[in-house]
Amino acid sequence: MPAYTLKRTFVAFLILIVVSGLTFSLSHLSADPALTIGGEQASEEDIQAIRKLYGFDRPIHVQYLDWLGRALSGDFGESYHYKQRVFDMVSERIGRTMLLGTLAILFALVVSIPLGTLAAMRPNSITDRIALFIAVLGQALPTFWFALMMIIVFGVWWRWLPISGHTQWANYVMPTIALGYYATPALMRLTRAGMIEVLASDYIRTARAKGLSPASVLFKHALRNAIIPVVALAAVWFGFMLGGSIVIETIFNLKGIGWLSYDALLRSDLPVVQAIVLIFASFYVVLTLLADLLNAYLDPRISVR
Amino acid sequence: MSGTILEVENLSVDIPVAAGMLHPVRGIGFSVSRGETLCIVGESGCGKSLTSLAIMGLLPKTARRNADRIEFLGRDIRNLREREMARLRGGSMSMIFQEPMTSLNPSYTIGNQLAEVYLRHVEQSRAAARDRAVFLLEKVGISSAASRLGQYPHQLSGGQRQRVMIAMALMCGPELIIADEPTTALDVTIQAQILHLLAELQREFRMGMILITHDLGIVARVADKVQVMYAGKTVEEGPCETVFDAPMHPYTQGLLRCIPIPGRTRRGERLGSVPGIVPNLVGELSGCLFRNRCDHARDACAGMRDDEPTRMGDGHAYTCLRAPGEISGELQAAEAP
Ligand SMILES: Nc1ncnc2c1ncn2[C@@H]1O[C@H](COP(=O)(O)OP(=O)(O)OP(=O)(O)O)[C@@H](O)[C@H]1O
Ligand code: SF4
Ligand SMILES: [Mg+2]
Repeated sequence: MPAYTLKRTFVAFLILIVVSGLTFSLSHLSADPALTIGGEQASEEDIQAIRKLYGFDRPIHVQYLDWLGRALSGDFGESYHYKQRVFDMVSERIGRTMLLGTLAILFALVVSIPLGTLAAMRPNSITDRIALFIAVLGQALPTFWFALMMIIVFGVWWRWLPISGHTQWANYVMPTIALGYYATPALMRLTRAGMIEVLASDYIRTARAKGLSPASVLFKHALRNAIIPVVALAAVWFGFMLGGSIVIETIFNLKGIGWLSYDALLRSDLPVVQAIVLIFASFYVVLTLLADLLNAYLDPRISVR
Repeated sequence: MSGTILEVENLSVDIPVAAGMLHPVRGIGFSVSRGETLCIVGESGCGKSLTSLAIMGLLPKTARRNADRIEFLGRDIRNLREREMARLRGGSMSMIFQEPMTSLNPSYTIGNQLAEVYLRHVEQSRAAARDRAVFLLEKVGISSAASRLGQYPHQLSGGQRQRVMIAMALMCGPELIIADEPTTALDVTIQAQILHLLAELQREFRMGMILITHDLGIVARVADKVQVMYAGKTVEEGPCETVFDAPMHPYTQGLLRCIPIPGRTRRGERLGSVPGIVPNLVGELSGCLFRNRCDHARDACAGMRDDEPTRMGDGHAYTCLRAPGEISGELQAAEAP
């Protein structure tokens, strides 16, 4: 187990380096930061001076290593536009994004696991069809469209829920549903497929031959095994949820780091963009790692490999 | 009902399939008494597993079960609700399956899976369940039993897993144990050990046992009674010695001819098989179903009533229209030279 953890951690670290390096080079190639800083009126000399001052004239890999070194010590530089420390801007908003992502993935799990289990108990029954329909709908509807529909119905027509902001719990209801629903189909299908497979397995027959209660057969013996891949997928989808928060936070004007990254992209505010990409990538990598380790913990066979 | 644990009469199982109605078990009956071993033999697909699942109430959802009688410990269990059936399963009747590698849940320790059945049927005492588990693991020949409780199935070999399955079946002191080809999936060297173990435990705990196997060598050693199945029917039944000494049905005779005899059986020869294939069991069936493989088949065989066996006394019976005299004459002629 320790060797397994170590190996996985090392791979995770490599991925982070590659992702952040790529973002850094790509963003520096696509926009000239000196122009952003200098603004519309800056003369050619001003731009040159800015390049020298900020070190943009150095080779890109030198700049990257410089940035990485500082980022590792928590210094992400200063926003070109807001002239604020990026670290402060991010830490002020990251809680909202985490909260939204967590709520969304929980919503997805709470919907998809019971639905998938129900569907698996009677494949091709009405329940199964309904569950499948819900899933297909979730996959077919674009998230932003679904979000807008909710805003119109619950926010504008019925006025049940606030349509923008982040100050009260009610602000999170629609974003959570819009974001979480997106993850529901994949999780539900996997639960259903896993349960169908597990319910037909020999050890479930053993559990029934032992005269265990239906609840024990279903939850202790079947779900526990069927849920292993679902847990892994949920962790990966949690990463998607954080990434997806860019759209959702923008629509609902919920000012987390998803919203911030969109704002920064529009303004070519590179230090902010880089910091957020690094954060999202780290989340993603750490989550995948956690999913693996959780899997290994839940399935005693994995760590042996 | 002196020592009778299980009595089954005219049990049949029907499964709707795409081609029509499949009749894999077509009216079989038997009884098992305390301390008695009944061996059911027959080739693959003759309905042995479905018969045992039908008794346990574990048939696949689509299958339908019919019987004139299934009496367990003097109680008619044909119409029991699932909840009441579950109370019997694992408690007073338990089953050991063909596939030790996949029959244990990979996510729970041996100890957990052993204790669970005890906690369900006997008493809510973890300590008692643990003691019982250790006691039985030792009984089934697993070394350092106490330390095994924390192990997962993947840490055990196939033979060890089947030993655990046996221990699990014994946790609640069952009256009846059904072992469905418990050794087919194991190494030949381990097969004998496991079967000996089962026979020993059955005697020690005075359980009734139904042992399903196609190894006639085993049957000869452990069975009190033998039931030979062919295409979902009993073709011959009787006390073990009688059936082995004087098999009456051509199929039984064929099976017995397949037992390896030192010096006479050629290397590489397939054992336990009679030439020919089993007829399709979908739809209405009539006459003797063995006739396409039988050396003695005649026109009348197509019209044979297979629900009226010829009885020989002491429980020996067979389902073939040939008269006992004709058959025994042949048997003697075969032994003469
Ligand atoms: N769920 C099912 N649906 C359709 N047919 C089935 C089902 N289960 C079993 N059968 C068929 O019923 C027949 C009897 O099956 P069964 O498992 O009882 O055979 P068996 O005697 O135990 O054979 P083996 O020695 O291979 O274990 C087989 O032809 C099998 O294909
Ligand atoms: S009834 Fe006829 S076909 Fe069937 S076993 Fe007897 S002799 Fe053979
Ligand atoms: Mg079988």
